[in-house]
Amino acid sequence: MNSPVLADELYQPLGMVDHELNTSAEWNLTIFPSGKNLPEGQGTVSQGAKLFANQCATCHGQNGRGGSAMALTGDVSSLTSEYPEKTVNSFWPYATTLFDYIRRTMPPQAPFSLTPDEAYALSAFILAQDGLMPEDGQLSHQNIHQVQMPNQQGFYTQP
Amino acid sequence: MTLRRRNFLKSSLLLSGGAMTFSLPVRANTQAVPELPASMRQTGKPFSNYGQPSEYEKTVIRWISANSDVPGNGVSWSPLHELAGTITPNGLHFERHHNGVPEIDPKQHEFVINGLVENPLTFSVTNLLRYPMHSRICFIECGGNSNTSWRTEPVQSAAGYTHGLVSNAEWTGIPVKLLLKEAGVKTEAKWAIAEGADGASLNISIPLEKLLDDAFIALYQNGERLRPENGYPMRLILPGWEGITQVKWLRQLLLVEAPAQSRDETAQYTELMPNGKAQQFSFIMQPKSIITSPSVGMVLPDNPGIYQISGLAWSGFGKVASVEVSCDGGASWQEASLQTPVLDKAFTRFSIGWQWNGEAAILQSRVTDEAGNIQPTRERLLKEKGKHNFFHYNAIISWEVDPSGEIFHVYA
Repeated sequence: MNSPVLADELYQPLGMVDHELNTSAEWNLTIFPSGKNLPEGQGTVSQGAKLFANQCATCHGQNGRGGSAMALTGDVSSLTSEYPEKTVNSFWPYATTLFDYIRRTMPPQAPFSLTPDEAYALSAFILAQDGLMPEDGQLSHQNIHQVQMPNQQGFYTQP
Repeated sequence: MTLRRRNFLKSSLLLSGGAMTFSLPVRANTQAVPELPASMRQTGKPFSNYGQPSEYEKTVIRWISANSDVPGNGVSWSPLHELAGTITPNGLHFERHHNGVPEIDPKQHEFVINGLVENPLTFSVTNLLRYPMHSRICFIECGGNSNTSWRTEPVQSAAGYTHGLVSNAEWTGIPVKLLLKEAGVKTEAKWAIAEGADGASLNISIPLEKLLDDAFIALYQNGERLRPENGYPMRLILPGWEGITQVKWLRQLLLVEAPAQSRDETAQYTELMPNGKAQQFSFIMQPKSIITSPSVGMVLPDNPGIYQISGLAWSGFGKVASVEVSCDGGASWQEASLQTPVLDKAFTRFSIGWQWNGEAAILQSRVTDEAGNIQPTRERLLKEKGKHNFFHYNAIISWEVDPSGEIFHVYA
């Protein structure tokens, strides 16, 4: 056939098939609420406290509030008040999102520079500020998706 | 007196124009060398490889508002109040970045479709450029556009610098469904996680239904390759949907059964309602319009005088059906003219002449889309969505003209 054909009907498929894309870490970054794609590792609240003071407090404030960046902690149960505050602990429905977001964006000048252990430790520290995990607690790929966030039932989709 | 009938304006303008034609006497030209502007008496500047706006238009700029500690996290507002027509020039398209504009070499960039597909695929940019492409003019609006309007006091920034996280361009690219067909989507797949190759590696969940409908991967913006700040070398375009879903610097579509619950679909871009619950996945941008001229910060020179009211309207649900304009704070409305063609999920320019009698006036516009959705009053929007929603503000925008000709942003 030598004549032009309606667009979308004639084209050469040029994608390169690579089944390793479904197992490589580089192409499976997103962490799901089920825990899927969590990297192996663990970190404690106290390890997180040290990391937070060194790497995060400048913008996020001591204990995750009062800095130039959005507040991460406090104001649990404020969502129906006159001044609702959407912090990680008051608003975010899943702890897996916290790990996912820390790893891919923090610190902003060096995303993906934290090890999985460090990201688990920072997640644990942030959650512990509002008692969402014990002060001597530890988060890992085996339990972070089991954390019950206070606002897990706080979202709905337009019918 | 507020708006006059267009017919009346037409006839009065014709009369005044006609009155001038018979009063000019014929006169011989006695000047040997006429006085002419300098531009007509010398050679002009040379050709340019890439043209730039006139030196006299240097104030027509995006207004940048970013986090001082993280300058790559913020926005720049499109100067809607300085622009005409419907196409946003590429250098003035609004920006929202979460961690700066990445520099991506297209030769190194890979685009991957994986997850619940028969054949996980990698595409180079060179290969993608060989696929059939479509062009479509559509608006992109940030879900956080106009968010200062949730505040109790109206801000007095120029129209574009309050409501200009929206722009309109002709995007050219490949229908996503072609590439998904090539990969072979498995029946369990219901969503795709779109991910960007920027310093925020922004990830967001998109329903498969939209990707199989009108979604496309744009490589061109108003005829040229995408600007870096708009996703070079490729971005997702989802006509009518909020900007956060139209991922820039697109590197991947990961097909999955359920959404990721990523930060930008939970913590942000969700709508906190008065009952403390948040509406999630509010993808479609509601109908909205704004009078871009005259608007806040401008001054009307003649009192009384005749002015052209001009503005933009759009809706994520389809075409603009009509735009009405009020000059008395919503007490009475008149239908404006729409510039044609009126396109689906794209900016529509409206205009109407206004004879200002010199008294205080409140200018408003109100759009109705083809699905019958009407732009709400601020009062109605706040009643439905509360004071702390923060996203998806689309209420009627009001400009108050005072007798001195100064114009202010008001809530009316």
